[in-house]
Amino acid sequence: MGAYIIRRIFGMLLVLLAVSFIVYLIFIVIPGGDPAQRIAGKVATPGNIRAIRHSLGLDQNFIFQWWHMLTLLFTAKLKSYANQTNVVDQIKQGLPITFSLSIGAAIIWMGFGILVGLISAVKAGRLSDRVITALALIGISLPVAWLGLVLRYFFAGEQGTLAWFPDGGYVALTQNPVQWFYHLLLPWFTLAVLFIGFYGRVLRSNILDTINEDFVRTAKAKGLTTRRILVKHVLRASLIPIVTLFGLDFASVLGGGAIITETVYQIHGVGWYAAQSIGSQDLPPLMGVTLFGAMFIVVFTLLVDLAYAWLDPRIRLT
Amino acid sequence: MATTGQEEFTLDTAAELAAEEGGGQKIEGKSPWVIAGRRLRRNRVALASFAVFILVVVCCLLAPVYVSHVSHIGVIDNRNDATVIVNGKPVRVISNSHTTIKNGIPTIVPGGIPIGPQYFAAGGKYILGADEEGRDIATRLLYGGRNSLFIGVTSAAVCTVLSVILALLAGYFGGIVDWIISRFFDLIWAFPVILLAIALGTALEVNGLHQGFHVFGKFIGLNLSGSSLWITVFVIAFVFVPYIGRPLRGQVLALRNREFIEAATAQGAGSPRIMFTELLPNIASSVLVLFTLIVANAILTEVGLSFLGAGVRIPNPSWGTMIEEGQSSLATAPQISLFAGIAIMITVLAINIFGDGLRDALDPRAKIRIEH
Repeated sequence: MGAYIIRRIFGMLLVLLAVSFIVYLIFIVIPGGDPAQRIAGKVATPGNIRAIRHSLGLDQNFIFQWWHMLTLLFTAKLKSYANQTNVVDQIKQGLPITFSLSIGAAIIWMGFGILVGLISAVKAGRLSDRVITALALIGISLPVAWLGLVLRYFFAGEQGTLAWFPDGGYVALTQNPVQWFYHLLLPWFTLAVLFIGFYGRVLRSNILDTINEDFVRTAKAKGLTTRRILVKHVLRASLIPIVTLFGLDFASVLGGGAIITETVYQIHGVGWYAAQSIGSQDLPPLMGVTLFGAMFIVVFTLLVDLAYAWLDPRIRLT
Repeated sequence: MATTGQEEFTLDTAAELAAEEGGGQKIEGKSPWVIAGRRLRRNRVALASFAVFILVVVCCLLAPVYVSHVSHIGVIDNRNDATVIVNGKPVRVISNSHTTIKNGIPTIVPGGIPIGPQYFAAGGKYILGADEEGRDIATRLLYGGRNSLFIGVTSAAVCTVLSVILALLAGYFGGIVDWIISRFFDLIWAFPVILLAIALGTALEVNGLHQGFHVFGKFIGLNLSGSSLWITVFVIAFVFVPYIGRPLRGQVLALRNREFIEAATAQGAGSPRIMFTELLPNIASSVLVLFTLIVANAILTEVGLSFLGAGVRIPNPSWGTMIEEGQSSLATAPQISLFAGIAIMITVLAINIFGDGLRDALDPRAKIRIEH
């Protein structure tokens, strides 16, 4: 087990290095991706461009440049090309905001996802199952950006038909917990809808599969109540695959997956920072945010594998 | 969980559902595809969804007909200063600012608000209203649909072909080939999907993609301008590769040691032949289902990319760019974003329902899904 974890961590570091290299490649090697040219603007002289290239170290060996950027990033000295702000500071600033958004949304999508899956499986084939399944399908067919805009249009701001919520923005939890909750409620649901639909569907099919397993028949033969079988046996077994999904989805939402929701609601988290940097084609922040996101994904992938082995003893980690 | 009504619940629900499906038709001597086709034909909802999808495609393809016969406004025709006759009265397409007397106080009403949905009051013009440039939304919706559907279907096709080849190579050869391909999947997997797509999209759209080589003076390779739709297609195809490559590799790996592969090897079949005539038909049903799921996801990804400015380039319309364009004037002209979103929802929903039906028909027990 120890050796397995050490090997995995080593592999994770390699993947992160490769991720950073690819991001670097995307922005430097692809034709037209020269940051100096972009910073200099359209009317720059070759002299201007050369001067900028030199000041950024872009006239040096390619591998060296990439390594240089990584060292700067890990010593928290990397600065944006566009406005000279410190990338690590900016990510740190956005972190509590993105965490608030992601964790709240995750709680909502897990809770509702389990509820949707459970109800539709128990009522399989009946009208309520059909209605819930259809709603879940609609949930996974909605573009997040549009859902956010529509919710904002109807439920937020002064123009809204039912203006119950503030129109975007964010209030820190430490500043005012009530306002924090109030401001995040719409973004949470916007982010969660897709996952509620998705998890509900997965759970429904898992439950329907598990119901036919032998251990469920045994439990029934023992004379356990249906409710007890459902919650203690069926649901527990059916939730194992959900754990995998949840770990990966949560990591990707933390690591920049909330970018669209944050943009729609003007929540200045990590995703919003990435979106801003993309507008100005600013490599250092994108490098920082992508590595930050990839880190969450690889760490959670490991955690998911460990949790999976722990929940299902038949799985051996090799 | 008190509200779930346990008394109605029977543990045999799934078995009952399976029994209903029998239908009593003979299945002996029929190929799996024929049986699947028969199952699919019984699934009215899935068939109706497929019909809806085809209807959307046909409508979008008929966009030029719509322009020449109904709206009479081209897809990028700005009508900032124009007026349109609504019920016999001229109305400005983009409103002027003007002063009204409100409670005895003169108030300035700001202009720049595009005309709302007219339905048929303006004789076919601006049925769904105008956008901020005075362009006809219904027209742009149809042309945008062409682009969105093209991106969705083409990127799913590119992605599927690429993933199938990689999965076959990895699963069949194993060893170092499998190791390299699996690490490639891991690597793409480790990227936050939307960030990778945006980074690629942004970088490629600066100067386009020009990769290739010259053979006898002829250019072979890709030569795409920055505004080409193919850039978005390749970006989306690329980021989704591990999401189908991984499950397919697992399937090929499981089939690799089955007797029929051994038999083919014993008959002297070469590697390409085993891969494409023995292994591929056995994963074909999964490929088909995954393809429909990727189409749905690709259409949604295009929206995200275009929304963040890394997808389809304006003034080219797509459903994603239309949502993005309507963002700033949501309060005054919600029609710009609203209808594009409804179009996406209908299309993606239809594909998803059909995909579900297809999966149920091909292999009811298969657990094929795309993990986000």
